[in-house]
Amino acid sequence: MPVALKLKNNTLTVCLKGEIDHHTAPAIRESIDDAIAINHNASLIILDFSGVTFMDSSGVGLVMGRYRLVAPMGKRLQVDNLSARDYQILRMSGIEKLAPLNQRYDEIKENRYD
Amino acid sequence: MTKINELKMILDSRSVNECFSRVAVASFSSQLDMTVEELGDIKTVVSEAVTNCIVHAYSNTIGKIYITCTVFEEGVIRVSIRDKGCGIPDVEKAREPLYTSVGGERSGLGFSVMESFSDKLRVRSRVGVGTTVTFEKIIKGKAR
Ligand SMILES: Nc1ncnc2c1ncn2[C@@H]1O[C@H](COP(=O)(O)OP(=O)(O)O)[C@@H](O)[C@H]1O
Ligand SMILES: [Mg+2]
Repeated sequence: MPVALKLKNNTLTVCLKGEIDHHTAPAIRESIDDAIAINHNASLIILDFSGVTFMDSSGVGLVMGRYRLVAPMGKRLQVDNLSARDYQILRMSGIEKLAPLNQRYDEIKENRYD
Repeated sequence: MTKINELKMILDSRSVNECFSRVAVASFSSQLDMTVEELGDIKTVVSEAVTNCIVHAYSNTIGKIYITCTVFEEGVIRVSIRDKGCGIPDVEKAREPLYTSVGGERSGLGFSVMESFSDKLRVRSRVGVGTTVTFEKIIKGKAR
């Protein structure tokens, strides 16, 4: 997955695109980790899920793994623009206590899960 | 319940088939008038079960995954995903949230996700014989 990157005031935003499953996760992980390594001054890493069209529990492993990578470096992790379903799946892991999870604005109103 | 249609497929346990299998089952199921959310629920559950066949059942080999999708007149989809892999020694433990037998970046949430997005989930397994995961989804559809 080619990821798009934005760096602004020590915040690195990594925009993910497409489907996250066990097949696609390794390449996505590699792109995120490369981005974090290259932009080593960033203190906040945001994973932007606007372009994610499908995710299963492999996405939970991906997010938790990124948290375990950046936390020891003193960096914070945040996940933005989650679909209602992806938000529900990620919350099952308890990760929101470690990394804030934010839903897509346009889906909050019609969220059938909460 | 009255069966009105059925799909059977046999797939190699290659990770590239994860996407194909969930899309194929969702597409076959969509002959029942359903919402985007219901379609998404089916895709998610299939993806979890098929991934488990690939990652766990046939961890060091390529085996076959047998998928049956049955459509019932009453508005129910039943999907069974079977492997002839290593089997699960303790199904109850395997179904516990966050339990995983492998390290790396598995979350141990596969069964929890399958339970959340289906209406009924049955897991039958025998060590050395294989595992069958069967789920049902009641389709309420766009009408309601
Ligand atoms: N088809 C299968 N064959 C053998 N073992 C399985 C199968 N499905 C699940 N398991 C076992 O159940 C555990 C929990 O599965 P799951 O909840 O999907 O978590 P994860 O896949 O992240 O480990 C797995 O770690 C594995 O030990
Ligand atoms: Mg799993």
